[in-house]
Amino acid sequence: MIWNPNKETMSRDEMRELQGRRLHKIVDYVYHNVPFYRHKLQEMNIEPDDIRSIDDITRLPFTTKQDLRDNYPYGLQAAPQSEIVRVHASSGTTGNPTIVGYTRKDIGVWAECMARCLTAYGVTREDTFSVAYGYGLFTGGLGAHYGVEKLGATAVPASVGNTEKHLRLIRDLRITGIACTPSYALHLAETMGKMGIKKEDIHLRIGAFGAEPWTEDMRHEIESRLGLQGYNLYGLSEIMGPCVSYECCCKNGSHICEDHFFPEIIDPQTLEPLPAGQTGELVFTTLTKEGLPLLRYRTRDLCSLMAGECECGRTAIRMGRIVGRSDDMLIIRGINVFPSQVESVILSTKEFEPQYQLVVDRVDNLDRLTVRVELRNEYMTDLLPELAALEQKLSEKLKSVLSIRAKVQLLPQGSIERSQGKSKRVIDNRKL
Amino acid sequence: MLQQLSVFIENKSGTLLQILELLKSAGIQLVATNIVDTMDYGICRIIATQPRLACTILQEAGMSANLNDVFAIELDNHPGSAADAIAAFAQEGVGIIYLYSFLLGGKGVLIFRTDNPERAQAIITENHLNALDEQTLTSLT
Repeated sequence: MIWNPNKETMSRDEMRELQGRRLHKIVDYVYHNVPFYRHKLQEMNIEPDDIRSIDDITRLPFTTKQDLRDNYPYGLQAAPQSEIVRVHASSGTTGNPTIVGYTRKDIGVWAECMARCLTAYGVTREDTFSVAYGYGLFTGGLGAHYGVEKLGATAVPASVGNTEKHLRLIRDLRITGIACTPSYALHLAETMGKMGIKKEDIHLRIGAFGAEPWTEDMRHEIESRLGLQGYNLYGLSEIMGPCVSYECCCKNGSHICEDHFFPEIIDPQTLEPLPAGQTGELVFTTLTKEGLPLLRYRTRDLCSLMAGECECGRTAIRMGRIVGRSDDMLIIRGINVFPSQVESVILSTKEFEPQYQLVVDRVDNLDRLTVRVELRNEYMTDLLPELAALEQKLSEKLKSVLSIRAKVQLLPQGSIERSQGKSKRVIDNRKL
Repeated sequence: MLQQLSVFIENKSGTLLQILELLKSAGIQLVATNIVDTMDYGICRIIATQPRLACTILQEAGMSANLNDVFAIELDNHPGSAADAIAAFAQEGVGIIYLYSFLLGGKGVLIFRTDNPERAQAIITENHLNALDEQTLTSLT
C-alpha cells in the first residue's frame, strides 16, 4: 500500500519540477524572514529569483548544528511565535539544546510523512500500534504518534520504561505494530523471556526502528525474537523528526520524502556534491517547512543515495544505511552524546584530570555509557566513601548535561593511555 | 600515631605486584597491608618501614599514593583485649572509619582511623592503651 501515490510515485521529471518550485519559494521565504540567511545570501550575491530549478541548490550556503547553536534559541526560526504551535529540543554539545519550532502546517506535514512511512511498513487502520519512543522534547514519541493517528490506526502511547506493563499491553491488546529504538526492541524480547511470554503469545507483526544506528544482523535478531518484520525509520529533529525516510517491504534502502526534504550527499571535507552511489555526508534542505526552514543542513550522518525506481513502485530517491558520522557524536539510547559535552563537565570539576574515556557497551540489549576519569593525585584519599561521593557528584553532573545516566569509573592519575596524536576518547564496544 | 601509605589502584592484574616490587627494590619492609576494593578500583593501605621514602618512590613511579595518620594499638595477648580497646572509643562516641589487624612479635596490633583523631588520642592516653609509633614499630621488625 502507498499512502500518497501522487507524491510517492511521481515521475522524476515532475518531482524535480516540484522541488525546483518549492526550493525557490523556501529561499524567498528565508531571505525575507531569517536575517541569518539573508546576510549569507547577500554575501554570496544570491537573490531568491536566481534559484530557478532544483539544480541551483548547489549555489546555496550550508547550515550546521553550530549555526543553530549560535542562534539559540529562536534565531533561525522563520515563522512568528504566534504561528508556532509546538517546540521540540535536542541536545547540543555545549549544553544549549537545539530548539525546533513547528507551525500547525509543519505538524501536518510531519504526520503526513509519518503516515507514508507506516503505510509502507504495512500498517493499516486495523492495526493497534504502540509508540515506544520517548514522549517529550525528543521528537520520537509525538512524531510517530501523530502519524499513527493520521493513518487511523489505534495509537498506544507507551513511551519508554515500564517494560513489563508495556509487554502485558502488547499481549492483551493484541498490539500489532511498534515503533522504538532497535535496542529497546531487543530489550523487550529479553524481558518477554523473563516474564515467560512467548513469541506465540503476542501478535506483533510490524516494527519501525530508528533513532540509533543498527545493522542487518540486529534486524534479523529482532525479527526472529519478536516474530515481526522490522523496518528502518529515519529522521532528525532539526529537519522534522522521524518520518524523513522509510523502508518499504523491499527493505532495500529508505525512501526519502523528497517532496519535503531534499537530500544531497557531499564530501565532508571539500563540501562538493557527490553522485548517487557514493558515500558521503547526508545534507537536507527543507522544501516546505515554515517554523524552522533549513538550507542544506549538514546532518553529519554518512551514507549513500540510491537512484532508480523501487520494486514497490515508489520513485523517490533512497538512502542506504547510516554507516557512520562525520563528527564524533555517539547515539546512546537514542540520545545524541558528544564527547565534548563530557569534556566540559570534567574540565569544570577540579578533582579530575582533563583525561577521560567514554566506553559504550550494550548490556542486556541496552546501551550503557561508562565515563572513565582520572582522579588527581592531590585528591586521592584513603577513604572509600569520599571517593564514592566524588563518583556520585560527577555522575549527577553528567546526567544533567547529557540527559542520560552514565556510570563513572574513577581511575588513578596517569592510567589512561596518553597518545601522541588524536587521543582515543571513545571506545564503542557495541556491535553495530 | 603512625603514618600509613595509601595507594589508589586500578583493578588490573599486576598493579599490586608493581607496588610490592618497587618497595622491595628500595629495601622497604611491609609490616601490614590491607586492600579495600570496589568494582573498578581499590585502595591499598600499607604500614611499612620508612613510609615517607616509600611514598616518594611510588609517586615517582607515577602512582597515586599519599600518607595519612592512623592509630596503632598493641593488644595484650588474651581474649577480649580488642573489645576492651574499642569499647573505650565507642563509649566516647568516637567512630572507627576502618580497621585492620595483624600480629607482631606474638602480639595483636590494631590499625585504625577514627572520625575524631584528637579525641581518640586523648582516649588512648586516658586509658593507658599501648599506642605504637613509627620508632617502636621499626624496632620490633
